[in-house]
Amino acid sequence: MSAWLICLRAIVGREALRFIHQRARFLSALVRPLVWLLIFAAGFRNALGVSIIPPYEVYITYEVYIIPGLCGMIQLFNGMQSSLSLVYDREMGSMRLLLTSPMPRWWLLMSKLLAGATISILQVYTFLAIAAAFGIRMPWDGYLLVLPVLFVTGLMLGALGLALSSFIRQLENFAGVMNFVIFPMFFLSSALYPLWKMAESSQLLYRLSSANPFTHGVELIRFALYGQVNGWALLWTFAALFTFLFLALLGYDPARGLMRQKG
Amino acid sequence: MSCGAHPGLVVENVTYAYGNRKALDDVSFTVPTGRFCALLGPNGAGKSTVFSLLTRLFVTRTGQIRISGMDLSQNPRAALALMGVVFQQPTLDLDLTVRQNLSYFAALHGISGRDAVRRIDMVLGWLGMAERAGERARHLNGGHRRRAEIARALIHRPRVLLLDEPTVGLDAASRRSITERVHELCDDDGLTVLWATHLVDEVRDEDELIVLHRGKVLARGIASEIAAGERLADSFLAMTREDAS
Repeated sequence: MSAWLICLRAIVGREALRFIHQRARFLSALVRPLVWLLIFAAGFRNALGVSIIPPYEVYITYEVYIIPGLCGMIQLFNGMQSSLSLVYDREMGSMRLLLTSPMPRWWLLMSKLLAGATISILQVYTFLAIAAAFGIRMPWDGYLLVLPVLFVTGLMLGALGLALSSFIRQLENFAGVMNFVIFPMFFLSSALYPLWKMAESSQLLYRLSSANPFTHGVELIRFALYGQVNGWALLWTFAALFTFLFLALLGYDPARGLMRQKG
Repeated sequence: MSCGAHPGLVVENVTYAYGNRKALDDVSFTVPTGRFCALLGPNGAGKSTVFSLLTRLFVTRTGQIRISGMDLSQNPRAALALMGVVFQQPTLDLDLTVRQNLSYFAALHGISGRDAVRRIDMVLGWLGMAERAGERARHLNGGHRRRAEIARALIHRPRVLLLDEPTVGLDAASRRSITERVHELCDDDGLTVLWATHLVDEVRDEDELIVLHRGKVLARGIASEIAAGERLADSFLAMTREDAS
């Protein structure tokens, strides 16, 4: 096996082992979307009517509507947590260790992102399985088609976290990230309500939501769960992925960004 | 790769600033191959900045750094491959066993399988840690964690070992045994060592010594010569006090 693959496998393996050992993290990663699904969505079922919009071909319940958004939420939290833990936890040391590897830095960061995305996918499938157990099921081929899509969205959100971790020193704790990144991204998206509903309330919020990469990630997941590819969302998500990746690489360039600030 | 003719470590005219604050001012020193060199300086002298530049966590455009003849800015990956690093902050994954921690690091250098197992057994043996391979890092005391980190830094057979205040927070017995073991690695295996510390008692008379203070090199040479017949602790204090007054 080439040195690059050995390196990738080890980074993914380490992340998986860490995740298994941190049971509380796994549990909270699951409880969060389940609370939304089983409590919030149940309460809102009658308050919010969802008309037939693609990819749905029949009327759906609100629980079915928010499933893709909650998959996205799992990945959003995971992306922020795994990247920002580098800065806020005692992870900084392990990042320094990682960066002394003679592998190219972009490959190390990419491996780290792939590891984070893999963990988030495990969480998403566990969540989907629990949702299915409560009777909220997707077409069976959707469960397969969503896999590659989850890789792209997971990488995109992980890269966002990595870029943020390298540039923004002001976000001193996870609460700050929740307020300034996670909540705006989540609420200004199609995760909880279709964008046409947003447009009825405010054109500005509608435009912001339409430009939000998270919206496109969620739509990509939504269509994939019904065996379809949303080309526009795919394009947007890839564009966001490459932009965030570029910023993250810039941030971890030894001549600037995170390391310089932390020195 | 034959780098035998080159000094283990060369730092030439390196300057580095955090914004307007100069952390290193025209720092130059050479560590001959196979020598133990202490980088001695009080807190805030710039030792960690030297380490960050050596490990390429950040870079500077002024000056040059060569690891066994390999220019760090021209050929960073080859230079990093020649270097083992023990950071000041702990970098073991506490949930993993010693062996898992070392395997992870070996893989970062592209080493896996039987080769990795053989190397890990060897370096753990060198540091007297063989029987602790299966223990979780969380259950090790501070001294053993440090040993595990030093063992880890040796897996890829580096030519130069960098240690940033490796004995901070350890008891006297652990400090002594780790200092002795690293000296032996120099003598027995020809490893070049740069050992940052603010503790004078870790420096032997025959060691190479660089005294760093407020980002400048105040003295460099053999420790006993720098002490010039006095106790090294006294001359170190005199040097740094004089500068402060």
